Amino acid sequence: MSQLVQVEAQTARMQVGRRGWDWSWLGVIPFFAFAVAFLIWPCFSLVLGSFQDPQGHWTLANIRDLGQPFILEAYWLSIRISLVTALVGGIFGFLLAYAVTQGGLPRFVRSGFLSFGGVASNFAGVPLALAFIATLGRTGLVTAVLKTVFGINIYDRGFNLYTFWGLSLTYLYFQFPLMLLIMAPALDGLKREWREAAENLGATSGEYWRYVALPILMPSILGTMVLLFGNAFGAQATAFALTGGSLNLTTILIGQQITGDVLHNPNLGYALALGMVVVMAVSIGLYTLLQRTTSKWLR
Amino acid sequence: MKKVAFWPWLWVVLGGLYFLLPLYATLDFSLRAKRGVLGLTAYASVLHNPKFVQTFAFSLRMAVFTIVVSILLMVPTVYWVHLRVPRLRPMVEFVTLLPFVVPAIVHVFGLIKTYSQPPLVLVVSPALLVGAYVVLSFPYMYRAIDTGLRALDVRTLTEAAQSLGAGWGTILFRVILPNLRVALLSGAFLTFSIVMGELTLALYLAWPAFGPFMYQIGQNRAYEPAALAIISLALTWLSIGLIQLFGRGHAGQAQIAGAK
Repeated sequence: MSQLVQVEAQTARMQVGRRGWDWSWLGVIPFFAFAVAFLIWPCFSLVLGSFQDPQGHWTLANIRDLGQPFILEAYWLSIRISLVTALVGGIFGFLLAYAVTQGGLPRFVRSGFLSFGGVASNFAGVPLALAFIATLGRTGLVTAVLKTVFGINIYDRGFNLYTFWGLSLTYLYFQFPLMLLIMAPALDGLKREWREAAENLGATSGEYWRYVALPILMPSILGTMVLLFGNAFGAQATAFALTGGSLNLTTILIGQQITGDVLHNPNLGYALALGMVVVMAVSIGLYTLLQRTTSKWLR
Repeated sequence: MKKVAFWPWLWVVLGGLYFLLPLYATLDFSLRAKRGVLGLTAYASVLHNPKFVQTFAFSLRMAVFTIVVSILLMVPTVYWVHLRVPRLRPMVEFVTLLPFVVPAIVHVFGLIKTYSQPPLVLVVSPALLVGAYVVLSFPYMYRAIDTGLRALDVRTLTEAAQSLGAGWGTILFRVILPNLRVALLSGAFLTFSIVMGELTLALYLAWPAFGPFMYQIGQNRAYEPAALAIISLALTWLSIGLIQLFGRGHAGQAQIAGAK
């Protein structure tokens, strides 16, 4: 009898699941197994592969070989394009977020831009490249209007959609909406009392921004820019659809390695991928860290 | 009392132009397949392309499988985390965010390396593509379900169902799932719009999906690509419009996407 009571008590405890050793964590095993099978293990095997030679011996040669000029060039091009689009997209996205939240514009402007931002930040990949070809390609609408109406042939003046600046312009289409989406709630979180307090102490609007609002928002602004950096750094489909393989970005190089072993060493390809993941992990980690600093204030 | 806001208007007008111009240009371009007249020739040509129907149907099937598997995997997991193992929440959340850390090209590289050699040769099976898409859907599905469950009293619902004699299956399928309809719809539509336009995974795993088809047409044709871009954009708009219609409030958060 007493044994039965004990068993019952134990069952009850297991069902409440608060005390003692319980097995309820087993319930999330399918999820973790799935993630391991389709994401974590494949990526981890790339990491392992980047420290091995083709025969399977451990080596650091692949990491050293990342120092070859054309690989460094690929990283450098990826970094430059990510920097430019993160900076421009970040600044412009912030200004836009400021305009729609604090600018005293009609409400429909705000909701319109936020909805549009949601679509545009998802509008990457092939369709985006196709849209920009129709806009700024050799026969694109804006190119044609500039030529016929203003007499400016931008392609004669050194512009080309399929080069660095063209790709940057295209990336910005999903970069600054992302900034807008993240910064708008942060700007909403600025408390009215801070502004009033600053004004009571005699601050001008410029001084309020310089000494109060921007210092609070700065970690979030920087953090989101870092996120934009990672966003552009990992983008492949847009660049591939726009330029084919003519721009030597890291993601494009990895694509060529997959289809044709252009590096003549699969393990060097794995190391290339490892480098990308490291850059992405650092930028997303930084974003999370910086975002936390600001959210302390905006709660 | 308000002064005329010059700078905000300037940013908004510039931003609006930058948003709208490519869309307008694409629309305009897609209608000009016949010299001198606006018409739907490019759309007709795309729609009559047998490959369009095939690849669209293929991607549609992949999207449906992805959504079903993702829901079946994520709902019990997130439910269980809410009910029994809240201490595992940070870990689960971290894993759902991993697809943002791993670029698609690295992801597909890893999949090819792992599953193109024995013991498990999966690259020939669409299951691998669906599995990878399910992983891509994690961040959206997790957030959608998590937000949905927060709005419910999971513990009370569960205990009420248990005291009426329901087993776990009944609880999940007849109590929790129906209550999550709206949340699941928003996750499902977002997943749908991502899978339909996805290029990198489908291309390198060599599946005849809609993304690679758009890419192919973009390389060889002049006007049809613009029509395709409009069709694809309409799909995205439709999905996101439906999300906002169903799940007012939290949709804005879930929309932040990873790199493509």
